[in-house]
Formats: sequence, structure tokens, C-alpha cells
Amino acid sequence: MSKLKTMRQSTRKKCFILLGMLIAFGIFEILIATNTLSNQMQNLLVPMCYNIILAVSLNLVVGILGELSLGHAGFMCVGAFVGAFVSKVLGVLYPDLSKWIVFPLAFLIGGLVAAIFGLLVGFTILRLKGDYLAIVTLAAGEIIWNIFSVTYAAVDNGKIRFSLGGTNIKGLSPSAKQIATGAQGISGIDPLSSNAGVRFAIAFAITFVVVWLVLNFIHSRTGRAVQSYRDNRIAAESIGINITKYRLITIVLSAFLAGIAGVLYSHELGVISAKQEVFGYVMSINILVFVVLGGMGSTLGSIIAAVLLTVLPEWLRVLNDYRMLIYAVVLIGVMLINNNPTISSYVDAFKNKVKSLFKRKNKAKEAQ
Amino acid sequence: MSFLNTLFNGISLGSMYALIALGYTMVYGIAKMLNFAHGDVIMVGGIVTLEVMQNFVSGMNPIVGALISLLAAVIICTLLGVVIEKIAYKPLRSASSLAVLITAIGVSYFLQNVALLTFGSKKKMISFAFLDKFDIKINEQLTIQGSTVINIVTMVVIMILLMLFIKFTKAGTAMRAVSEDNGAAQLMGINVNGTISLTFAIGSALAGVAGFMFLGSYAAIGAYSGTMPGIKAFTAAVFGGIGSIPGAMIGGLLLGVIENFAKSILANMQLGTLVDPIVFIVLILVLLIKPSGLLGKQVREKV
Repeated sequence: MSKLKTMRQSTRKKCFILLGMLIAFGIFEILIATNTLSNQMQNLLVPMCYNIILAVSLNLVVGILGELSLGHAGFMCVGAFVGAFVSKVLGVLYPDLSKWIVFPLAFLIGGLVAAIFGLLVGFTILRLKGDYLAIVTLAAGEIIWNIFSVTYAAVDNGKIRFSLGGTNIKGLSPSAKQIATGAQGISGIDPLSSNAGVRFAIAFAITFVVVWLVLNFIHSRTGRAVQSYRDNRIAAESIGINITKYRLITIVLSAFLAGIAGVLYSHELGVISAKQEVFGYVMSINILVFVVLGGMGSTLGSIIAAVLLTVLPEWLRVLNDYRMLIYAVVLIGVMLINNNPTISSYVDAFKNKVKSLFKRKNKAKEAQ
Repeated sequence: MSFLNTLFNGISLGSMYALIALGYTMVYGIAKMLNFAHGDVIMVGGIVTLEVMQNFVSGMNPIVGALISLLAAVIICTLLGVVIEKIAYKPLRSASSLAVLITAIGVSYFLQNVALLTFGSKKKMISFAFLDKFDIKINEQLTIQGSTVINIVTMVVIMILLMLFIKFTKAGTAMRAVSEDNGAAQLMGINVNGTISLTFAIGSALAGVAGFMFLGSYAAIGAYSGTMPGIKAFTAAVFGGIGSIPGAMIGGLLLGVIENFAKSILANMQLGTLVDPIVFIVLILVLLIKPSGLLGKQVREKV
């Protein structure tokens, strides 16, 4: 207890978030093991994990770097396709290879290729900021999924063959195994495990590491430099912070994590196809809603919003038609409330009240 | 002759982009915000046109009916634009551009989903057969379609009227002053909020016209129809130089022609779905090479 008090505030917060995640994980695992969790809920556990990763990684760009990215789903698309491609190709070429080698490789390569795309996008937007940056990331995201929608891949006689045309690869032998088929995408991807509990455990482990990484990143020297760019670009530049470098680092890291989420996504669904609704800017905006609702810049907020917005639509089936409408109202409402001096002063007063309540409790404890 | 055909179709499409780009460029020049919902106002304009044509004016002379529905679309879009500005954008005048952009995305989403719930998820079709009267037959192979003629004429007329308005009226002068420096404009006694509202009203009225043109060219409209033309027209506005009215025209026409040629080339390669990425690549290239656009001013950053 005494150690808890001497900790830095950021460290304490980090421990609190990670511990909370572990406890939630434990509860869910017990619920699965005792079969009290409905099938419907069980199917939501892994989506919850990849949504958390997506929200936390977008929060790095929107909340920490302070630039609006509308192409986050594009990086997820890269991860989903490359990860699925790796695990399918390895499955065809080396059928005896253990899953414990295939899947980590899929995650690693999926994430790395997404990071390369992130680097490309990062270079494109070096000179841009604000609205122009947002529209270019949107354009980049759209270009990415469109490219995957015309990609064909197959394994023929132990060789991998690609075609970036609108038609299938010419001259395939009859024994060739088709991997990706253009707009139909990739199907028959092996699940991480057939057991829901194990699947959730793997997904949770990845999410846990990602959140830990992101929290450490935000509170590191690099993270503080990135935040200084967000708060005042000119001031940051004038004290010698290399803003180009820190912008690139953040965007690449964010893309890498989105790629990881994509790999998780493709292995959970088993079938992916490059479509506007799944990987286009509609999805990017859905992720943005997580971040905005959770509070831009707050990792814990992003996690909570991602979990809530994954679970609630399933519970409130009645409202499903109105889900997107509600998202829209959330986006407008949060922005209007945040920027309304009267309401935000009430919110601040409320926050202070809660804080002082806790402080008094602590003092009372010390007195005892 | 197919070359000329593609060119004329491109110019027709480009005229529509130019008209939409005008809305973006004016709002961006004066309110310094990217009105993401502009594309969806076009969709509303198209839907209003379609509903009025099908339900209210079906018995009339088609040309009179079309004009009435155009008028209805323009009025409703103008009102919509002003209401959006009052409710969503005005409270955020002093907020960060990130907050404004997110709100604009929210408004865009809101309009799409209201349209989806009231209008249905299917695209609705309508025939604009009377436009054939305006066909210009040049020779056996080449006919300029009526919708193309109408699009080009409308765009040119509106462009000239708008330039005259901005140059010679008091409100137009106020607009130029606000876009130059809105603090100084306020000190000179210009009603800045009123001017911004007027800009939104004009931009949205143009979006109503563009909605009508969209329906005339594609003969079908749905809840998501506005997004892509919206983003492409923004590309056109950036291409021509944001804030510049002739720039919007040049950017729109160039982009329309580029898109149509890309479409015919890609269709030969069986890559017809890749038309939109080509437009986006144009956007990225313009922003990489000349972020201020063809006719835009380079703005220096002050500390």
C-alpha cells in the first residue's frame, strides 16, 4: 500500500488499467468454463479484443498526436489480408508446421506489412496537417482496400503466384490452390483455436500486451514529445523536438497495432473480403466513434467505449436500425458538449467533487 | 469518336464536380472548415428532386415539372445547410479544427442514416427522358447527350453569376473580407456570423442544383450516393486551389475528364472498380506537389 502511494501517478494509472483488464478476463474465463455465458456473448469476446486494439491504436494518432486519421481501417485491412495470406500459404506449403509457429508468424508479418503501409502514408502526409491530412488518410485507406479487392493469389507447385489484375492468374495448373480471389477475398482461414475459451485467451493476451505497450509509449520520453507536438507544434519545434520523426513513429506504431487487430479479425471470422463496409472509411469512422466517445487521449476511455459499443448493439437488437444514427448523434453531441463552456464547467465541477470525495476518504484512512 | 465521347462525358461529370466544389471552396475559404456533410446535402437534393418528380408533378409538362422539383431541392437544401450551420457548426466557431471536422463527419453520418431510415436502403430510379430533347447531334457517331448540355450550361451560368455576386455586391464584398481576415472584418462592422451563414446557404443551394444534376446524369439515387461525389469534389476544390472560384471550375472539369478517361482505360483492363482510387491518387499527388492547388494562394504561417 505504501508503495502504491509513492508511485508516479501515470504508473499507478497503468497498473490500475492492466489489473482491471486481468480481472475482467478472469471473470469471462470463469463464465465460459462454467457455461453461464450465452453463445452470443461468447462470440463477442474476440471482437471486443480487436475493437480495443483498434480504438487504442487510433487513439495514439487522434488523441496523442492530435491529428485526425480517417484511414485506420485501411491498416486493419492490410493486417487482415496479409495475416490470412501467411497462415493459409504456410498451411498449404508446410501442412505439418505447428500452429504455434504459423500464427505468431502471421501476426508478426501482418503487423509489419501494415507498419510499412503506415510508413508510406506517414511520408505522404509529412507536409500536411489538419483537414488535408484527414482527407489524405481517408484517400489512402480507400486506395488500400480497393487494391486488395483486385488481388489474386494462388500456390502453384510450391510457388506463390500473384495477379494484381481484375482477373484470375492465367495458366494455373489444376492442382494449384487458390488463396485470394479478388473481391471475394480469402476464405477458409483457420481459427486460432476451436475452443472459445482458448481463442479468447489468445486474443486477450495480445490485447493486454498492446495496451501495456501503448501505455508505456504514451508515458515515455517519446510519448511526451509526441504530446508536445499536439499541444503546440511551433513551441515543440522551437525547443528542438524533431516533429517529423515523432509523427512518423506514432503513425507507424498505430498502423502496426491496427494490422495486429486485422490479423485477429481475419482469423476470428474465417472469411474476409475487401468491401467498403468492412475496411472502408465507414469502418474507420466507427473506430473513431470509440475514441471520441471514450475521450480523445484517454486509453482507458477508448477501452471502455470499445467494449460497450461492441456489446450494446447486440443487447439492444431493437435499436440496431438506429445504431449508426446514434453514433452520429454521439459524435456531434460529444463535440458540442466538450466545447460548450457552460456544460464543460459543470462537468469539471462534478469531476472535482468526485476527486475531493476520494481525497477525503484517503485522509480519513491516514488518520486511522 | 469514342475519344470525344469520353471527353464530353468527362466535362459533364466535371461540371457537376465543379458545382459541388464551389460549395466546399466557399465554405473553406470563409469559415476555414471542411464541410464533410456537403456531399450528403447533395444526396438530400437528389432525393427531394426524385420525390417531387414522382409524387407531385407527374402530370405536368416534364420540363416545368423538372424546374419545380429543382426549385424544391434548392429551397430544402438551402434551409438544411443553414440549420446544420446553426446547430452543429456555429457553437464550434472557436474550437479546434479537429473538433469541427469530427462534428462535420457526425453530421454527414446523421444525414446518411436519416435518409437510410426514411428513404430505404435501395437506390431508387427515375427516368429523365425529356432531356433527350436537348441532345446535340454532331454526326452519325457523335451525339452530345442532353444531360451533358444541361450540366455544362448550368455550371457556366452559375459560375458567372457567382463571380459577379462576389465581385460587385455588398454581401460578396463582405465574404471576401471575412475570408481575408475575419477579426478585422468584424472590426469594420461586418456581420461575420451572418456572412458565414450566407456562405453556407449559397453552398447548400448549389448542392441542391448538383443533386438535380446527379439525378439527371445517373438516373438513380440512394442514401450513400452523396459521399463519393462529395469527396471527389473536395479533391477538385483542392486541385484548383481551395478558396478560389475559377479554381473550383478548372479543378472540377480536369478531375471529371481524368476520371472518365481513367474509367475507359481501366474498363479495358477489367479493373473498372479501381476508378475511385485513381481520383484519390490525383488528390494525394496534388497535395504532395502543390498543396495550394493550381490557382490557390500560398498562405504563410505566422507564429
